[in-house]
Amino acid sequence: MRNLIMDLILTYIGTITFGVLLNVPRRGLNIGGWIGALSFLFYRLCMMANMGIAFANLIGALIIGILSMQAARYKKMPVINFNIPALVPFVPGGQAYQMVKNFALGNVSEAISFLLQVMIISGSIAFGFLLAEMVNRVQARLMLSVSSRWRHEHRHNPRL
Amino acid sequence: MTNDQGHLMIKTALHAGRIMIENGSEVARVEDTIQRIALNAGYPDSKVYVTITGIMMSISGEENAQIEPVKSRSIDLEKITQVNDLSRHFAAHKISLKQFDDRLTHLDQHPRYFPLWLQLISAGLVSGTLEVVFRGNYPDFLVSCLIGLIGWGVFYGMSQLARVRFLSEFLAATVIGILAILAVRFHLGTNADDIIIGSVMPLVPGVPLTNAVRDILAGDLVSGIARGMEALMSAVAIGSGIAMILQAM
Repeated sequence: MRNLIMDLILTYIGTITFGVLLNVPRRGLNIGGWIGALSFLFYRLCMMANMGIAFANLIGALIIGILSMQAARYKKMPVINFNIPALVPFVPGGQAYQMVKNFALGNVSEAISFLLQVMIISGSIAFGFLLAEMVNRVQARLMLSVSSRWRHEHRHNPRL
Repeated sequence: MTNDQGHLMIKTALHAGRIMIENGSEVARVEDTIQRIALNAGYPDSKVYVTITGIMMSISGEENAQIEPVKSRSIDLEKITQVNDLSRHFAAHKISLKQFDDRLTHLDQHPRYFPLWLQLISAGLVSGTLEVVFRGNYPDFLVSCLIGLIGWGVFYGMSQLARVRFLSEFLAATVIGILAILAVRFHLGTNADDIIIGSVMPLVPGVPLTNAVRDILAGDLVSGIARGMEALMSAVAIGSGIAMILQAM
């Protein structure tokens, strides 16, 4: 439990600082950090419930995608300001490193098994984003038909 | 040019599009922004073709199409946000087309980065925190911070010094590998693998990777694959730097 809380704090810091490296505007940094920490919490919960690494990454990416879109609408900033920093804790860095190391040291079969893990993780992140995109489009369509204020606000707004 | 207003519109829209692509926007957003600029300037049927190496645009019914090559690509999300803001102001008729173009030129010439010391500290914190998150290795937190900071310094210095693509990633990864192994030899750290994994994180090509996926999903296959190659090349540069050191030491 203490480990989990510690990890969440570290994820928050890591997300914000990665945002600084990408030159994310100052007003978007904090909310990006919260998105990173929250999606990482759900990822960890899925891992604790033994749902498998693919499903956990998919859930994490899905939550990042949905929350980033809400943040983008709220802050009126492009969505990449939020979802790229928030994705950093999900990068399969450990597996990618083990793959490179084993290739370099000549353990090809182990390297290929790590390569497969990297592919599984990145594939599920991509599909998580795809699902999030679908949720966002459905939401936009629903809001357009339900709320006249929404229709007015998004009349000629640039894409988020 | 027969139509000055149309000429200025195309010039502004292409300028906005070029700034966005140069700084790491995905293609669909650029296409959308350009079309909205045209729409808000009174040209509802413009034709745009955007790839990550160049933009073409014409107004239906007029003779001249224009091309804007995109030569350099870096990552600066602040500029994308500002172009987005300007486009919003233009849509709300707060600024004229001429002002829009002037502000784009100003934006292009005066980049606003975070100061270098803040970038270095950030790179250190990214390395340290992610090392702990990935590997749970608390004793190596500080060493990872330090090595990540030095790695980013090398990366930054090399990109300023020689604008050779992928070389700065390669050299930074090499330095990180050497320092991590030395740190463990001199008992400053406990596990070289963990230190390297953390310290390499600031170099990860997050923007090209995410954009490659988004472009491909949005149907911009040419740009998506080109962007994917870019990300892959960075990853290969980092990986070969590390692999070389692991074999040598």
